[in-house]
Amino acid sequence: MRAATLFYLVLGAVALALPLLGVYPVFVMKLLCFALFACAFNLLLGFSGMLSFGHAAYLGSAAYVTGWLMATQGWGTLPGVLAGAVAAAGLGLVVGLLAIRRQGIYFAMITMALAQLIYFVCVQAPFTGGENGLQGVPRGEVLGLTLNGDIALYYFVLACCAGSFLFIRRVVHSPFGQVLKAIRENEPRAISLGYDVERYKLLVFVLSAALAGLAGSLKCLVLGFATLTDVQQAMSGEVILMTLLGGVGTFFGPALGAGIVITLQEYLSDRVGPWVTVILGAIFILCVLAFRRGIVGELQALQARRQARALSPGANAARDE
Amino acid sequence: MNELMGIALPPLPAVLGQMTLGLVNGSFYALLSLGLAVIFGLLRVVNFAHGAFYMLGAFAAALALEHLGINYWLALLLAPLAVGALGVVLERLLLRHLYGLDPLYGLLLTFGISLVAEGALLQHFGSSGQTYPVPDALQGAVNLGYMIIPLYRLWVIAASLVVCLVTWFLIERTRLGATLRAATENARLVQAFGINVPLLVSATYGAGVALAALAGVLSAPVIQVSPLMGSSLVIVVFAVVVIGGMGSILGSVVSGLGLGMIEGLTKVIYPQASSIVVFLIMALVLIWRPTGLFGKS
Repeated sequence: MRAATLFYLVLGAVALALPLLGVYPVFVMKLLCFALFACAFNLLLGFSGMLSFGHAAYLGSAAYVTGWLMATQGWGTLPGVLAGAVAAAGLGLVVGLLAIRRQGIYFAMITMALAQLIYFVCVQAPFTGGENGLQGVPRGEVLGLTLNGDIALYYFVLACCAGSFLFIRRVVHSPFGQVLKAIRENEPRAISLGYDVERYKLLVFVLSAALAGLAGSLKCLVLGFATLTDVQQAMSGEVILMTLLGGVGTFFGPALGAGIVITLQEYLSDRVGPWVTVILGAIFILCVLAFRRGIVGELQALQARRQARALSPGANAARDE
Repeated sequence: MNELMGIALPPLPAVLGQMTLGLVNGSFYALLSLGLAVIFGLLRVVNFAHGAFYMLGAFAAALALEHLGINYWLALLLAPLAVGALGVVLERLLLRHLYGLDPLYGLLLTFGISLVAEGALLQHFGSSGQTYPVPDALQGAVNLGYMIIPLYRLWVIAASLVVCLVTWFLIERTRLGATLRAATENARLVQAFGINVPLLVSATYGAGVALAALAGVLSAPVIQVSPLMGSSLVIVVFAVVVIGGMGSILGSVVSGLGLGMIEGLTKVIYPQASSIVVFLIMALVLIWRPTGLFGKS
């Protein structure tokens, strides 16, 4: 546990120093947004056992809401971003109410279908700009400080993402998070213990949608536009891949997975074109077949094995004989 | 009488015409959801790659015509066989390792397969569509009284209905189907009776995939053959399956055709909603009957 604290302290220090090291801030901000998106998704899949196949809907629609309010209605940065997250939470509430009526595979298919519905609404709605997207979103200012500079915006995005990350940790370690874990492990038993399982599932679904929405709003702020790419089904698939690759149910895994997938896309898409999709698909297949714990999950399992071996030399000696 | 409670009613021939055309889409929904149901029944895998196999069927027909001169009728037989064989190979190589795990892994694996297939074809052919000519014997149009419909579209409806009925008959009324249904209930027991269940599983996956490819060949002359033609269709088919309930063969056929007709109807009444009406109906069914119209709880 102490090693983990140290890891996060070092990570935080590196994140704070990053703009000073000459790294392109917009790319790092994009990474942070997707890391938050993946962590929000993981709250649902990893810590509650529900696979949503339509999380792009919350990312994308929040980006549209924030973009529209700030570009055309003159809203400020904080209310705009907040409104995006609230809108995503509202959508999450409606989708969640319908989807939690079924479990497992059906839950996945229902979230996918409803996300596709939201996508078609975004294609046709007058305020999204259709195929062109919503452009020219201003960055605005926070507490009197302008965010037009990349560095200032970077620290704002970092603060939002770090805060959300700590919030997710807090939720998972809370009694609420423990009940979610119980539901994930054995839903009938959780019901027979008297927990109102549906309410727990709905609440975590709404939380996850709101955080995914926050990621979308921040992304819109960083890039200055919102497009259909963020609501598309492919994006829902990508966030699953990020989480799976990094490690489902680990804290840092999804963020790491997001970093790998986004970096891969950024570097490969100019060079190999549609082969990126093939490569992502191949990674998907590999993860599912051979690598289900993901990178962080495998590392943790390795460490656990090593510790177990170090603690019980007797067992090893017995096996060697 | 063209007005009801202040809403302008579209003329009756337009309504009937769009509903008939909706049946064509409904035929594809029926064929695809039928294959999904057959695969899910035995393998407990939701085959996300179904849309990709549908696309591969259409591409196989188009490429066979262009490079080998294989005509439509032969393609109708050969393309499903080829794609079905590919399905068997993928089942043996990949899917097999996931049995006994959470069914979600099957969904994720087949999602990966569809990404690979679509990406590879996108790389090779680009996203623009190719046209496939309507076969000579099915050129022309038929006057139904309320509309003039291209003969080929009538053929699609008829052919899908026949294929669905034959599949239903095979599964519900033959010895092979009885074995299949028994293996669905209890695979180990069936194996104990000396039946080669792994072979049955491979064949079932191949057959389900072949149904998707057949739908692809049938659709080739109606729509543009492009690498992404299956990717949004499969989501509609998932909604159809949630509405119909995955357990029932007849249920998936009836709800596929019915939803196609409702979609056609929406095109006349409120065109903007025609792409989302299936999802809206799914939401209503989930409120009213969460297990689906024909599903067992």
